[in-house]
Order: sequence, then structure tokens, then C-alpha cells
Amino acid sequence: MEELIKTVNLGHSYVGPDGEIVTALKDITLTIHSGEFVAIIGTNGSGKSTLAKHFNGLLQPTAGQCLVNGHPTDSETYLWQIRQTVGMVFQNPDNQLVAAVVEEDVAFGPENLGVEPSEIVRRVDEALQLVDMTEYRLHPPHRLSGGQKQRIAIAGMLAMRPKCLVLDEPTAMLDPVGRKEVLKTVQNLNEKGMTIVYITHAMEEAVYAHRVVVVNQGSLALQGTPVEVFSQVERLKTLGLDVPVAADVAWRLREKGLSLPDTIITNKELAEALCP
Amino acid sequence: MLTDITLGQYFPGNSIIHRLDPRIKIFITLLFFGGIFLAGNYSSYGLLILFSGFIISKAGVPIKHIARSIKPLWLLILLTVSVHIFSTPGTVILNIGPLTATMEGLQQALFMTVRLVLLIIIASILTLTTSPLVLTDGVEHLLSPFRRIGLPAHEIAMMMTIALRFIPTLLEETDRIMKAQTARGADFIHGNILQRVKNMVPLLVPLFISAFRRADELAVAMEARCYRGGENRTRMKELKYHMRDWLAFVVALIVIACVGGLRWVAN
Repeated sequence: MEELIKTVNLGHSYVGPDGEIVTALKDITLTIHSGEFVAIIGTNGSGKSTLAKHFNGLLQPTAGQCLVNGHPTDSETYLWQIRQTVGMVFQNPDNQLVAAVVEEDVAFGPENLGVEPSEIVRRVDEALQLVDMTEYRLHPPHRLSGGQKQRIAIAGMLAMRPKCLVLDEPTAMLDPVGRKEVLKTVQNLNEKGMTIVYITHAMEEAVYAHRVVVVNQGSLALQGTPVEVFSQVERLKTLGLDVPVAADVAWRLREKGLSLPDTIITNKELAEALCP
Repeated sequence: MLTDITLGQYFPGNSIIHRLDPRIKIFITLLFFGGIFLAGNYSSYGLLILFSGFIISKAGVPIKHIARSIKPLWLLILLTVSVHIFSTPGTVILNIGPLTATMEGLQQALFMTVRLVLLIIIASILTLTTSPLVLTDGVEHLLSPFRRIGLPAHEIAMMMTIALRFIPTLLEETDRIMKAQTARGADFIHGNILQRVKNMVPLLVPLFISAFRRADELAVAMEARCYRGGENRTRMKELKYHMRDWLAFVVALIVIACVGGLRWVAN
């Protein structure tokens, strides 16, 4: 698989409000391949959002390197190309929509890239279709639900034709219905070949990724398939992280002497193991 | 109460008025404003009323949306009416204490009311039928000749777009904070004006903090979407004058010329 984003010993530190040096990230070496669905999990303040902001050059590493398609993110020459390759969706859907009409907001990205008007229209159609929001194209964003707004934000990124989407806790401010909508959209996009980096602290969502990366206090603590990561229940708990409910229940039952496989991470798997 | 403002509340549609070029719409609006101040007798006002009635009927915007924009101004209208009725000299029709109402005053008051109402109606039709982004696009185009003397036309237009986009969001937020503070015992309704202004502080502080936070996040999001000012930027909907735009402009020009003519004839 092609390497899309690569960080080499990446570190980020900044000067805090009292003049002290805060190290937000240290020595992170991570590769994200084309077509992958990677979930990055960690507690509040673990540095996972800071890491995400390096992937499209919103933040520059203070140590090491971050490469997108082989180009360093701190080079002025490639910055805009990198931001086009790696699209980013943020937590608050309200604070990333620019225009007062859905289709005009989706067009904002390609307009900035200087795309031909007829081509913009085509991209907007396509992007809205991909997130299943075509019928809302003339709606004002403030009349939409949180999940719908977040899907519009995703469409706005898709219209720039990125290779990768980085989503920074996109469901944190949504209700359960909205969460499902957004996760479903992201999964659909991944099936169509989009590389996904999904930052979350909802473990139930991380279960759907191909690979889970655990960030703790600015360093990589663990990584592997969801089964590999979430079966280490005790390790995750010492890191202050939750585990998916099913994995937790299975672990507790195992502690009580029940013989259950340690690969259970979803509700369905747990149900099947308990009532075969 | 906070959601009553129609200004900047685009009413999506596909009427002929919606499809007119925003620059032409701005020109016609300005022309109409000129007409309002040109008019001076029943026939010229009648013509203007007919013309705005025609525009309303073509705009495809429910009449209640337009009426809603007049509502906040009823106090101003009432004040103007009373001032005019009682301060214009002429044939006395009524005496209330020291105040005398005159026939001419009544007529003046009527004209002033028509003027104010027409002004608001035409301005709100412009904003109701033109999406804020298209409107600012029009403003940007109209201002761009002044770029040579250092006017940041694109930046002004972008600021307007964002302001318009965030008006409903900030109104919702104000409502939320107000309810939260009321739940903790804040009082926004009672007391004299000084007290009430003082009571606004717990509303304004969180509102400002949140607005700054939003601005910060929006700036990052815009940068992530490759925004880097107006240079080399294209638009999805490029502004082009069509036959209908010129036609509309000519019609408006003729109507306003007639308004001027009617006044001149009467004199």
C-alpha cells in the first residue's frame, strides 16, 4: 500500500501561558496508508487533536518531520497542495460552515482552489450525493440538525477532491442519531477508497476502524487492529481510557471465570458468544 | 422575539426576482429609493405602490415574511405620523389641548408612512430574494473598481458573508445564554433602564467569549479549506448579465422616470 501520511519522530512543543515549555507531542512515528481507516484515540489533552492538525499543515512540527505524499508539511511550496490532499473536519459543525446556503458552502473549497465554475457545480453535486444531502442543497445551514451540518462539512472537504479525510472528534457535539449518520457516511466513504483518520474518544466508533492508534501524554502508547487494542482491557484502563462496553463486559465475565474469547469487542460478537 | 429579524434571512426560491443579477437588484433598489424621495403626490405614490406590489407578486415570497420586516418599525412609524399630523401648518381639523391636527399634516403623515413602509419592503425584498453570498458577491463587484484606491473589496465582502452566516447562530446562542442565566436567577426584564443594562453583563460576557472562540475556529477551518484571500479565487456562480436583467433595469428606470414626471406635472 502507498504511504500517504508519514510522521518521523514528530514532536511539538510550545510556550505556555506562564512561559514554561509545554511538550504536546514527542517522538511520534506513524504511517497512514492509502485507503486505510485509522482511529486515533486518547484522553482529553493526550495530544490527539494536536497530532491531527499536523497532517494538513495547520501546525508545524517543532521536532522531526511530517510528510504528506512525500512532501514535508512545513514547506511553503507544497502547503496548499497538502491541504487539498488532506481534508479536515472539526468538532463543532457550526464553526466550520462559511456560507448561508448549503451548496455555496460546499463550493467554498473549490472556489479557493480556483476551479472552473462548471467544474465546481459538478463537484458540489458529487460531494452532496456522497454524503446523501442532495435534497438540502438550497437550505440554510442553521436549519439543519447537527449530524446534517457535519455531513455538509464533510461534503465541503470532498468537493476539494482530497485523498484523505481527517476528522477531529466529528461526533463529540452530536446526538446519537447524528453520530450514527456521520459514522455511516465516513464508513461509506472509506469503502469507496477514501483514506480516513478518525479521532475520537468514543470507543464504540473506533471499533469500526482497520487500525487503532492510542495516544497517551503526547506519545504513541499502543497500536494495532481494534481486536488487538481493545482486548488489552487492563492496559487501556491504566491509560485512563474506556473500552467498548462489550469488551468490558466480556473482560469482567472472564475475570469471574467464564471462558470467553478475548477477541470480543462489539455487542454482536458478545451476544453470539453468550448465546451461540 | 430574538428570531423576528428578517434582514439577512434569505428565503430560497426560483422566481424571476430571485434570478435577477444582484448588481441589477442593488441598482434597482437604489433607483427605487431615489423614486421614493422624488414622489410627492398621490399619483406618484400610487405608482410606486403599484410597482412594489408588482415586484412582491413576482418575488414568490410569502407576504407574511415581508410584513414581519415592517413590524419592528411600527414605533418609528407611529412617532413620525404623530409628529407630522400635529406639526404641519394648514387647515385645522382637530384640537387636542395644545396640539392641533391639520389636513395637510394628515396627508404628510400618510406620505411619510408610505415612504417608510416602501423603503423597508424594497430593502427586505432585496435581502429575501438574494442569498447573502450572492448579495455580497454583487457588492464585491460593485466595489471592485475602488480597489485601485486601496479599498479591500474582497475582504469587506467576506466579512459581510460571515457576519450574515453567523447572525442566526449568535441569536440562538444569545437565547440559550439568556435562558441559562435566567435559570440562575438573572433578571433581564425588571428594573429601570440602568439596572437592566447592568443585568446584561452576564449575557454579553459569555456571548463575546464564545464569539471570539467561534472566530478562531472558523479561521482555522477556512485555512484548512485553502482560503487565502481573494486572489485567484473563482466563483461557482459567476455573475453574468442576462437579457432579463437589462429588461428589469429598463422597466424600473421607466417607472421611476414616470414617478418623477408625475410630480413635475402636478407642480
